[in-house]
Amino acid sequence: MNILELHDLTIRTTDGRTLVDGLSLALAPGERLGLIGESGSGKSLTSLAVLGLLPAGMTASGRVVLAGAPITGASERELTGVRGRDAAIVFQEPLTALDPLMRVGRQIAGPLGRRRGLKGTALRQAVTAALEQVRLPDPERVARAFPHEISGGQRQRVALAMALACEPKLLIADEPTTALDVTVQAELLTLLDTLVRERDMALLFVSHDLAVVAKIADRVLVMRNGRAVETGEVREIVGAPREEYTRELVNSARRLESALDLRSGR
Amino acid sequence: MKPVPELKPVLELENASFAYRGRTDPVVADIALPVESGQSLALVGESGAGKTTLLRMLLGLARPTSGAVRFDGDELRPRDREQMTRFRRDVQCVFQDPYSSLDPRRRVGGIVAEPLRSLGIDTRRTAGPKVAAALERVGLPADAAERYPHEFSGGQRQRIAIARATVCEPRVLLADEPVSALDVTTRVKVVELLGELKREHGLTLVMVSHDLSVVASLCERTAVLERGRVVEQGPTAQVLGAPAHPYTARLVASVPRLPTAAGPG
Repeated sequence: MNILELHDLTIRTTDGRTLVDGLSLALAPGERLGLIGESGSGKSLTSLAVLGLLPAGMTASGRVVLAGAPITGASERELTGVRGRDAAIVFQEPLTALDPLMRVGRQIAGPLGRRRGLKGTALRQAVTAALEQVRLPDPERVARAFPHEISGGQRQRVALAMALACEPKLLIADEPTTALDVTVQAELLTLLDTLVRERDMALLFVSHDLAVVAKIADRVLVMRNGRAVETGEVREIVGAPREEYTRELVNSARRLESALDLRSGR
Repeated sequence: MKPVPELKPVLELENASFAYRGRTDPVVADIALPVESGQSLALVGESGAGKTTLLRMLLGLARPTSGAVRFDGDELRPRDREQMTRFRRDVQCVFQDPYSSLDPRRRVGGIVAEPLRSLGIDTRRTAGPKVAAALERVGLPADAAERYPHEFSGGQRQRIAIARATVCEPRVLLADEPVSALDVTTRVKVVELLGELKREHGLTLVMVSHDLSVVASLCERTAVLERGRVVEQGPTAQVLGAPAHPYTARLVASVPRLPTAAGPG
């Protein structure tokens, strides 16, 4: 059984604009799919629709099936049961995902307490374990810190720890490294790769950056103006894009990258 | 043809340090950085390393707590109106976000003409031909002057910002992450545009960028900052191609690369 299936997903605004247009995809357990596109391609909306998190004023039609259960048309209560357990999401900007007035430890304790019914010492230990899993040094100190007291890379690790707290089968990551410095990005991608492998999770990785997607995903789906342009193995898409638009994306990325080669070749 | 580097740098940071008022620990310390004509300079490093502070000092927006900023060999004196007028004419800037750097209530023609008017070079009436030339230079249609910023895409807005910055034909363009808010296909085109302005109009760039491929495309020289200090500077080919400092090496190694068509990349 697929962990995620989208059938003809269409997202419209109330004033009738179509932002995602008839998108279908399937993700098997443990599979890693990169959703790539430029701004306005609908990639982030697609990832939000998977958890029924579309902003007010947008409606989804078609079918979203997560771990066998329908998401489109589900009640808020049913959705709450699914979020975090079947699939969890990490966003681009960890500062907006974290409550600035709450210590990091308490924020992670939230889902752990609710989902696993942990309390007291057991809960505290689980929080420390969750922070250790995302390779945060000195987890006790981080647990006591407020979000503004730790670095951007550490915040994104905390957001990741929260997402992983309830052991989801699917992790959705929406531009998780875009706001980070390149060295921190490299570390986080390695961590993400390890965690997804260790836990045998499926991964839906949303990004505008082909090189980043190529590092973490097996398969890629290229989106433009709300539609799927093409899909395939990362290496095939990057090596021999079939569609004109994909070719333009790959060529642009290669053209910029080639500047680095010329320089280092000297 | 590249202009022969002049004896005097156009702009120079001379052992410059900057600390916020009431703080003793400087944001940047002892920066010695010349900008020579025809030798575009990139400032790279992590967030918080002090790149933007250096740029602000070079723009005269922040005064060094110690050391000096020199323009054509003379110390920059923000109260010297005659010098500041020459400085503003020769040193212009472009920022990262093309959405917040253009006044939404003004037509593009007025926005682009602004430096000409504020520097007393032209009046509204006589600015027209120069505005048209600047818009053409950045690849925008002439009727763009009559329209408003919201009618343009992100890439086009960044072109408008570049047109405004180059309308008075400056020698130096300071750019803070000029292409990082743009999609990759647009980014390539704006990088090409900046390259053209360098070649055809002798513009020297001083650019802050976290994107090393953009740096390698546009800048002859690179300075690497780590925690407020320049740890390495020199020709870009040398700094990025054969890094001498471990931090630079880590930076270069962290850049994600596309897999090569041939095999594992």
